Amino acid sequence: MRELWQFTKLIRSKNAGPFELTFDIMFKSRESFNDVLKSEALTPKAIARLYRVDVKQVKFFVVEQLLTIKISIPRRVFSGDVGDTDIYGGQFHSPLVRLPVKD
Amino acid sequence: MPKTKIRAVAATGNLSTGFREESLVRAVEQGASFVGCDAGTTDSGPYYLGSGKPRGPREGVKRNLRLVLREALKAGIPVIVGSAGHAGGRPHLEWTLEIVRELAREHDWHFKLAAIDSEIDKDVLADAFNRGEITPLSPAPPLDDRAIRHAERFVAMMGIEPIQQALTAGAQVVIGGRCSDLAIYAALPVLREIPKSVAFHAGKILECGAASAAQRLYPDCMVAELDQDGFTVEPPNPAIRCTPQSVAAHALYENADPYRLVESGGDLDTTDAKYEAVGESAVRVTGSRFTPSNKYTVRIEGATLVGYRSIVIAGIRDPLVLRQLDTFLSTLRPVIERKVSDSMKLSADAYSLNFRVYGRNGTLGDLEQVSEAGHEVGLIIDVVAATQSVAADIIPIASHTGLHHPIPEHEGLISNLAYPFSPGGIDAGPVYSFCINHVWELTEPCKPFATKMEVL
Repeated sequence: MRELWQFTKLIRSKNAGPFELTFDIMFKSRESFNDVLKSEALTPKAIARLYRVDVKQVKFFVVEQLLTIKISIPRRVFSGDVGDTDIYGGQFHSPLVRLPVKD
Repeated sequence: MPKTKIRAVAATGNLSTGFREESLVRAVEQGASFVGCDAGTTDSGPYYLGSGKPRGPREGVKRNLRLVLREALKAGIPVIVGSAGHAGGRPHLEWTLEIVRELAREHDWHFKLAAIDSEIDKDVLADAFNRGEITPLSPAPPLDDRAIRHAERFVAMMGIEPIQQALTAGAQVVIGGRCSDLAIYAALPVLREIPKSVAFHAGKILECGAASAAQRLYPDCMVAELDQDGFTVEPPNPAIRCTPQSVAAHALYENADPYRLVESGGDLDTTDAKYEAVGESAVRVTGSRFTPSNKYTVRIEGATLVGYRSIVIAGIRDPLVLRQLDTFLSTLRPVIERKVSDSMKLSADAYSLNFRVYGRNGTLGDLEQVSEAGHEVGLIIDVVAATQSVAADIIPIASHTGLHHPIPEHEGLISNLAYPFSPGGIDAGPVYSFCINHVWELTEPCKPFATKMEVL
């Protein structure tokens, strides 16, 4: 069992406007990209569970050309609202970094 | 077939962050058609739009504008600035215009200045809402007539048309209120018959300045040469390189969808875009498509005053407190609420009291999955109330109650929180929320954007 960061060269999150979050997961190689896709560690269902959103709200894109998985979800707390913890949305990717990936 | 080539220069990703002077000089000397710069974003939250305060530093914005104006005036080319003063409202636009006028006076520069106002009066927006012209995107806060009238400020995000109108009217310097980042760079090329597919895609790559480089060493300029078939992007700074990978990857940045960008007037589709290296540091981009939309819509942004915030910061180090932190905080809350009610006659629903625990889940809140705690945590007691004085008055009640809140393992009076500052309380000012995520259908793209021309 390895962790997602061992397959990637970049895992980031950021606001896509104040109401959505977007995650870019860029892989080191085609092999690591394929390994993670095959492992099903990263799926709309897994994201829905981790981020407590409805699976139907998860936009999930496999960008072959860039060996990238891009995921966007609605923000449960909009940027800057009283209970927000991350105005820019820049640290919401952290639960993904050590996500277990089955070999 | 028009043979026009347009060289678009992006001064930097945000007018307040800067660029290397020599990069801009080189970019313009190589033959530029115009210099553009984005000055705003909603990224830093609703405060700037709500309060009407620009985000500085003013001296930084002035330095950057001085260099952009100097080079552009020397070359006789237009300058286009979008989302002035960070939020693009009327006070933000006025703040930026004042800097431009000041520079013109100081340097004896003369030019025709266009100011495009993108602030939307509440009555105008409420009327549009009641006529059914405002529709929600997803997710969107609930909106009605009352919410519109209760808000502090609204802006509409202009497309390319108001900028084109100002350029056609002979403006050399265009300062826009809230503006699509892409429109800053697409307006002039489209006016000179560059296809929208090329112009908008180039705009997306340019809008963050040097961010589309393989390694952005520091904020800097970026140049794109646009023609009928595509565009070539190249950093004017020889220390910075673009690669097909870096340019393609930048198209993903801050967008919810990697292939489709919804703009006023149509959608940019980059599914079939090709990115090819040209020489050492340039990238040729072709193959994107632009599909005009049936309806012309502009995105609306707005902010509402929610209250005023005061906070106090404390450290907790005692391992006995830390091992029962959840109980400590959940039993502390009702004691604070009771004291606030007794002394200030305020019920708990009249303010918000939020314990932010750094070292536990301060960053992720209820999404945090790691449960092991470290040897200390940082606590922010965060109070938002109807006025600043009420919030400021709740803070000493909360901090003093927390200081002496008991745990069973220690008998007698104990101090459980370490406050690093005297006074402990910090007034953080007004708190706003984004209150709208809707689009407005327009019959005429320039209609809500009043443009004023001024000869300096």
